Amino acid sequence: MNIEWYVVLSSLLFAVGAMGILLRRSPIVILLCLELMLNAGNLALVAFSKMVGNQQGQVFAIVVMVVAACEVVVGLGLIVAIFRRKLPLDVDSLRELRG
Amino acid sequence: MSATSWAWLVLLFPLLGSVLIGLGFKVIPARAAGVLGTASIGLAFACGVAMLVNLLGQEPDARHHASSLWDYASVAGLDVKLGIYVDQLSTFMVLVVTGVSTLIHLYSFGYMRSDEGYHRFFSYLNFFVFSMLLLVLAGNFVLLIVGWAFVGFASYALISFWYRRETATKAGMKAFVINVVGDIGLVLATFLIFRELGTFDYGAVFARAPQVFSTNEWTITAICLLLLVGAFAKSAQLPLHTWLPDAMEGPTPVSSLIHAATMVTAGVYLIARTHVLFVLAPTAADIAAYVGLATLLVAGTIAIAQTDLKRAIAYSTMSQIGYMIMGVSIGAYAQGLFHLMTHAFFKALLFMAAGSIISAMANRQDVDRMSGFWRAMRFTSILFLIGSLALAAFPLTSGFFSKDSILAYAEARGGMYAWMAVGGYVGAFLTAIYTFRLVFRVLPGDPCPEAQHLIESGDLFHGPAINPATEEEEDADVGFPGAHHHIAEQSKPMAVAMAVLGFGALFAGLIQVPGVSDVLFKFLDPAFANSPLSEVHPSVGAEWRGLAIGGLISILGIATAYVLWVARPELPARFRERLRPVYLLCLNKWYFDEAIDFLVVRPALAIGRFANRVFERVVVDGLVIGTEDVVGGGGRLVRIVQSGFVRGYALLLLVGFAGLALYFLLSSS
Repeated sequence: MNIEWYVVLSSLLFAVGAMGILLRRSPIVILLCLELMLNAGNLALVAFSKMVGNQQGQVFAIVVMVVAACEVVVGLGLIVAIFRRKLPLDVDSLRELRG
Repeated sequence: MSATSWAWLVLLFPLLGSVLIGLGFKVIPARAAGVLGTASIGLAFACGVAMLVNLLGQEPDARHHASSLWDYASVAGLDVKLGIYVDQLSTFMVLVVTGVSTLIHLYSFGYMRSDEGYHRFFSYLNFFVFSMLLLVLAGNFVLLIVGWAFVGFASYALISFWYRRETATKAGMKAFVINVVGDIGLVLATFLIFRELGTFDYGAVFARAPQVFSTNEWTITAICLLLLVGAFAKSAQLPLHTWLPDAMEGPTPVSSLIHAATMVTAGVYLIARTHVLFVLAPTAADIAAYVGLATLLVAGTIAIAQTDLKRAIAYSTMSQIGYMIMGVSIGAYAQGLFHLMTHAFFKALLFMAAGSIISAMANRQDVDRMSGFWRAMRFTSILFLIGSLALAAFPLTSGFFSKDSILAYAEARGGMYAWMAVGGYVGAFLTAIYTFRLVFRVLPGDPCPEAQHLIESGDLFHGPAINPATEEEEDADVGFPGAHHHIAEQSKPMAVAMAVLGFGALFAGLIQVPGVSDVLFKFLDPAFANSPLSEVHPSVGAEWRGLAIGGLISILGIATAYVLWVARPELPARFRERLRPVYLLCLNKWYFDEAIDFLVVRPALAIGRFANRVFERVVVDGLVIGTEDVVGGGGRLVRIVQSGFVRGYALLLLVGFAGLALYFLLSSS
C-alpha cells in the first residue's frame, strides 16, 4: 500500500484530536483527544519506519506509548482530584492562572 | 627592656582599659570602672617614665628608635608597618599626655560620680588617650592618620557625651566635620609625600626629603600647606577653630582633656614632627606662623567679651595654641613644646577649677551670675587663681617662662619675626586682661545666691537641671548631666588632681630658666638638630630682657583688669557703649560662624538642593521611573495572552507549531 494513505489517515486523526482539544470543555474528552493525537503521531512513525526499512521509528512509537501512559496516569489523577473537591469538570471555569 | 617595648606598653594599657570597661560595663561596678580607667592611664604614664629613663641612659644622638609589630602591606615599592617611632619628641609628648590625662581621670572619678554614663565615660576617655598616644608614637604617616582620625572620633563621642542634649550632639557633629576637613588635608599631604618620596616611614621621609626637594619648590610647599590644614583643624586655628568653643558642651573633664593635654596639641606636635619638611618650605612655615599670630590675637579679643566661663577659657586655649603654632613654625621647636607642657598643666587646672565652680552653680556657666566664690570655695578659688596667674604669665609661674621663651626666640631670629614677638606681647597683654576679668568677676565680691547657699548650709545649691547654652529645662536622666554635682572641696580625688596640677602650673617653668637650668631644651634639642633653625639661640641677657617685658606686661594687664572690673566697674559698660561695633565684633566671635555659614554651609546646601531638584528628580528619577515604565508596560502586554483558558494556550501552541512547520516547509522547497 502506498505511504500517502497512512500519512493522510495520520493527519486526519491528528486534526480530529486537535479540534477536539480546542472545542471540547470536558477534561476527560480532552485527554482522549490527546491520546488520539499521540497515536496519530505513532501511526506516522510506524508507517515511515516501514517505508525506510529500519526499526527506529517503531522504537520511537513504543517510547511515545510509554509517555502517553504516564500522561494518562497524571491526567486522570488530576481529574479525580478535581472531582473529589467538587469542582466543576470544565476546563474553562478552571482559570485561576489568569495573568 | 628597650625603650620601644615600653612604648608598646604605653599604647597597650589605655586600649585595654577602654575595651575592658566598654565591654564589661554590666559586670564591673561603677567605682571599679573609674579605678580601672585611671589606673590604666597611670600605668601608661609609668611606662612613659620608664621609656624616658631608658632613653636617658643612651647617647643624646642615639635616642631614636623605630619598632614595628607587623607589616600591613609589603610589596614592591610599598611598605606599611604597624610601627612606632620613639625619640625625644614622642617621649615628651607621651609624658605630657599620660601625665595630665592621669590627673584628669582622677578628677573625673569624683566629678562624674553621679552621672548615669559613668562606664561609657571612662571607656571613651581611655580610648581618647589611646588615640592620642597612637598619634604621637606612630612611626609612619599611615599610622599617624589612624591616630589622627581616632582622636577626631573620640572627641566627637565625648563632646556628644550627653547625647540627649541637642546642643551637645550638634557641637559634636561640628567638631567631627571640621576635623574631617583636617583629616583630608593630612591624607592628601601623605599622598603627595608618598608620590614624591615613595615611602611613608618617618625616618626615610625625613632623610630623603632634603635630597629630593629644593627649597620652596611647589610640591613641598603644597605638602606643608596640606599638613597645615590638618594641624589647624585639630589645633583650632583660624579659620577652622569654630568647633572648639562649641566643644564646651561636653562634660568639664572632657574640656580639660581635649583642651589641655591632648587633641589640640596634635597640630603643634605635627609641625614639630615634620619640621624637616617645613624647613624646606619656608613660605608655608611663615603662613603657619602668621596664622598662629592672628589666632592668638583674635582669640584674645573674643575671650574678653565672652560671658560663658568655659567658652572664655576655650578661647584662651586657642590663643595659647596660637603661640605654640607660631613657635614651632618659626623654629622655636623646644620652646613651643615647653609652652605646650606648661599650658597643659595650667589649662587643665583652670578647667578643673571652672568645673568645680560650675558644679556649685548647679551647671550654670554664665559669669554674670557668679561672684563671691572666694568665700564659698576657698580651695577651688586658690587653684583657679594659680591657674590664672600661670595663664597670664605672672612672673615666676610656669607660663611666664614658657611663653617668653617663644617670644625671645622670635626676637632673636630678627626681621619680621621680631614683629611677631611684638604681636605676641600684645597677645600676652590681652591674655592677662581676659584671664583676670574672669578671676575678678568670679572670686571676689558678695556671694551670689548659689555661693551664699553653699556658705550657709555647707551643701551644694540644687536648681532645676538646665542647659547652660539655651537655659532650657532638661531631664537629669541618662544622656543628660546627672542631678548631683561635685566640687573639689567635697571630693578627695578632684582635690588631689587639682593640687598636683597647681603645683605643676606654679613650678614646672623652673626646669627651663634662661641661664639657670636647661633640662628640657637639652633633652629635646637633639631631636631638632637637623634643622638649621635650631642654631638660633637668644642670648641669656636677651631672654631675661624678654622675661622682664613679659612680666611687666602681665602685671599691667592684671592691673588693667583690676581697674576695669573691681575699682571702677562702671567702665566696661561705658566702653561697651562707646565702642559698640568693636564690642559686638568680639561678642559675636568676629562673625566667623556666620562667615563660614555664608561661605561654605549655605553654598553646600544650595548645591545639595540643586542636585536634589535637577539631578536627582530629573536624571536619576527619570532613569529609574523610565526603566520601571518599560518593564511594566512589557508586562502588561504579555499579560493579555495569559488568559487562564487552557484551550486558548493549546490553540496558541498549535498555531505556533503549525506556523513553524509551514515556515520550514516553505523554506526547504
